[in-house]
Amino acid sequence: MIDILALIGAMLVAATPLIYAATGEVLTERAGILNLGIEGTMYAGAFSGFLVAAKTGSPWLGLAAALVLGVVAGALMGLLVVTLGVNQHVAGIGTTLLLIGASEFTNRLLYGGGALVQIDKFGLLFPDVPVLGQYVLTYVALIVVVPFVWWLLRATGFGLRVRAVGENPEAADAAGISVARTRYAALMGGGALMAAGGAFLTLAVVGTFTLNISNGRGWVCIALVIFARWRVWPAVLGALLFAGVDALQLQLVITPAFSGIPRELMLALPYLVVIAALAASGRGLVYPGAYLKPYRRA
Amino acid sequence: MSSVSSAPSAPGTAARPVVELRDIRKSYGDLLVNDGVDLSLEEGEVHAVLGENGAGKTTLMRILYGLTRPDSGEIRVAGEPVTIATPKDAIAHGIGMVTQHFALVKPMTVTENVVLSEIGLGRVNLATARRKVLEAADRIGVAVDPDARVGSLSIGEQQRVEILKALYNDCRVLILDEPTAVLVPQDVDALFATVHRLTEQGMAVLFISHKLHEVSANSTRVSVLRRGRIVETMPTGNADPRALAELMVGRPTLGVRRADAPVAADPELALAEPTGTTSEPPPAKDVVLQLEEVSLGGSGTRLTLDGVSLSVRSGEIVGVAGVSGNGQRELVDVLCGMAAPIAGRVTVGGTDITGRGPRDVMNAGLGRIPEDRHGSVVGELSVEHNLVIEDLDSYRRGPFLDRRRVRAHAEALIERFSIKAKPTDPIGSLSGGNMQKVLLARVLSRDPRAVVVAQPSRGLDVGATEFVHRELLDRRAAGAAVLLVSEDLEELLALADRLVVMFEGRIVGEVPIAEATPARLGLLMAGEAA
Repeated sequence: MIDILALIGAMLVAATPLIYAATGEVLTERAGILNLGIEGTMYAGAFSGFLVAAKTGSPWLGLAAALVLGVVAGALMGLLVVTLGVNQHVAGIGTTLLLIGASEFTNRLLYGGGALVQIDKFGLLFPDVPVLGQYVLTYVALIVVVPFVWWLLRATGFGLRVRAVGENPEAADAAGISVARTRYAALMGGGALMAAGGAFLTLAVVGTFTLNISNGRGWVCIALVIFARWRVWPAVLGALLFAGVDALQLQLVITPAFSGIPRELMLALPYLVVIAALAASGRGLVYPGAYLKPYRRA
Repeated sequence: MSSVSSAPSAPGTAARPVVELRDIRKSYGDLLVNDGVDLSLEEGEVHAVLGENGAGKTTLMRILYGLTRPDSGEIRVAGEPVTIATPKDAIAHGIGMVTQHFALVKPMTVTENVVLSEIGLGRVNLATARRKVLEAADRIGVAVDPDARVGSLSIGEQQRVEILKALYNDCRVLILDEPTAVLVPQDVDALFATVHRLTEQGMAVLFISHKLHEVSANSTRVSVLRRGRIVETMPTGNADPRALAELMVGRPTLGVRRADAPVAADPELALAEPTGTTSEPPPAKDVVLQLEEVSLGGSGTRLTLDGVSLSVRSGEIVGVAGVSGNGQRELVDVLCGMAAPIAGRVTVGGTDITGRGPRDVMNAGLGRIPEDRHGSVVGELSVEHNLVIEDLDSYRRGPFLDRRRVRAHAEALIERFSIKAKPTDPIGSLSGGNMQKVLLARVLSRDPRAVVVAQPSRGLDVGATEFVHRELLDRRAAGAAVLLVSEDLEELLALADRLVVMFEGRIVGEVPIAEATPARLGLLMAGEAA
C-alpha cells in the first residue's frame, strides 16, 4: 500500500535543505548567535541560485552564487549583531524580511508576468536505483558537509574558538581569540550552508523559482537545532524525522484508506511532530552560555 | 614615596625588572582610576599590590594584560617599551593573568581550555596538548584530570586550571587578581604553595589583594595603591601590618566590631579597636526568628536547602558563613518571601510565615536587606519613593501618595543615616554605599523585630562599611534578632555572637564566636569536618 522505498527516497530529498540549513544554524548558535536570518537566507539562496542558473545555464554556477549570497547574508547579520550589538531577534527577523523582500522584488522586475522559467536543473545520481537515486547535493550533505562541520567543531582550533566565544566570550578574549572575527566567520560559514539549503530547492527539486519557496523551512531548522541541543548529527536526525513525516503525509493523501482526513491536517502533521518532539525533549536544555548576548569588552 | 626600582628585593633573586609600568593613567569619565602609577616587577619575586576596593588595582592589572587600554603611560618588558593592546599581545610578551571571574569555558575539558590561547584554525592535536598539560601540572606539583569538564571542578581546581593556562603559554609573569577571594582557607594555602614553586623557577608573580595577612605572609615586596596612586613600595619583611593598613585606607583606624569580639583570631582584627557604639551582650532572650527543617528544591534532584534549622534570639547576631553557592542565597530568598520551601516551617515572633510572600513577611516584623542591592530598589525612582515603596499604605492620602509626608520621611532618614543624596535623586545614580544606606534606612526605620541581611558591606568602602556595621550592632543592642549572611569571615567574626556554617544546602556546624578561628571555619566551609 505504502511504498517504503519511495518514502525513504522522498524523505532524503525533503531532508536535504533542512540538513544544510540546520547545520549552518548549529554553527552560528554554537558561536552564541541565534541567526533568525535563516529563513531569508534560504529564500534568497533559492532565488539567487535560480537566477544565475537561468542566466548562465549552469546549476553549478547557480550554487556558487547562492553560496556567495549566504556569506554576504551572514556578514550582514555580523554587522548588525556583532559590530553594532543589535538585539539578535530584531536583527535576524529584519534580515529575513529584507532578503525575502529583495528576492521577490528582483523576481518581479525580471520575470514579472511572464511564464515560469525552467532551468537546467541538477540530475539524479543513480536515477534507476530506489533510495540511492538522489541528487549530488544530498550525498554531499551527508558524506561531506555534516561530517566536516562535526569534525570542525570537535577537533579543530576553529571549532574550539567557536565554542569558546559561544560559551564564554570573556574567556575567549582573555585567551587572545578575537570574539568578533570568530563570530563573523561562524555567521558567514553558516550563512553559506543556509543558502545552499535554499538553492537545493530551486536547483534540484523544483527547477524554477516560485513565491514562498522556502515555506518556513528556516523556522523549522531553528526548532531542529534546539531539539538537537546544538549538535550536528542529532540535527540531521531531526531533519530526517520532519522530512519523513512530510513524505509520509504525501503518501497518505493518495492512499484511499486515509481519504477522509482533511488535507490541511495532513499538511500540518510534520510541524505537529516537530512541536511534539521539542516538547518531549525540551526539559533541562542547556543553552550556549553566551546565547543572544552581544560581547563588549568591559 | 614611590621609589619603585630602587626597592631591594628578596635575597637570592636577581633584581632585574621583568615588567615595568610607567606613569599609567586611566580615567572613566571624570573618575580617575589610575593616576600616574609606576610599578616594577622583578624575576622570582612575589609582588603584592595592596589596596581597598576601588583603589584601582584591577584596572591596573587589566591594563597590563591588555584587557583595558590606558589613557597614557608606558609598559616595558625586559627594558623594551611594548604595546599591549590585547591579551594576545600580553601572552606574546610572556604575561599571563588569572582574572577574578575565571576566564574558563565550563562545558569544555581542562585540556581544551588550556590550549585555547595557542590554537590556530586547523586540527588540534589534543593528545599532545593533554601530555603538555600534565607536564605543566607536574611542574607546579598539582594534580588535575586533563579530561575533566571544567564546569564539574571545584573553584580551587578551576583556579589551578587558570594557572596551568598561563604556564602552558610559557609566561614569565603571572598576575593573580584577588586570587583568594573565592577560596576556602585550605585552598588558599595550596595556592600560595604553588605560587612559591613558580617563583623558585624564576617566574614573577603579581597578586592583588586587600587582605593584609595574606600579603604579609606570602609576598616579597608590597606596593600600596590608594585612590589610583602608589603610595608606597617596600619589601614585605620591613612592613608593619598596622602601617600597611594605614597606608591602604589613609587613616589610622579600621573596623567596627562587637565589644567582646575575639581580638587575636585574625591579624587584621588585631588592628581594630573596639568602638564605643557596641553594646554588652544581653542575656539570652526569646527566640524571634526560627527555621525548622526548612528544605528548598533546586534544579534536578538536589536540594538547595536541605533541612535547615536555625534560631535567632532577640539581641543576638547570628552569622551564616560558607563558600558562596552553598545555599546562603536560597536561605535569604526563603526568609525574604521570595521562595517557598518544600518542607519545614519559618516563624517570626511566633507568626508562621512559611511560604508567604514579601508583604506578609514584612508585616510579621522581618526586615530584609538582600545581597542584590540593585534588585532591591527601583533605579529610576527617587530616593524618597524608594524609601516608602515597601510601605505605601502608610503614606496614603485618599487614593494618592501624601507627598509632603513622603518628603518629610525621606529628609529625616537622609539626616539620620547621613545619606549623601537629595530626596528627589534617582536612586540608580547613588554610589553603592549610599544605596546600601537607603536600604538600611528603609528597613530599620520600621523598627523590625528581626533583620535578615546578606553581604551588607560587599563593594563598600571602609567608611560605609563601618556605618553599616554600627547600624547592625545598634539593632542588636535595641533587641532585634539579626541574621547576617556573609562571605567575609572578618565581618562575621567582628559582628556575630554565634556562627553557623553552610555547606551544600545544610548547616554543617555551629561555632560559638569564642571558638571561631579561620582554620576551624575553613574546614567546615570545605565540608570536611563537623
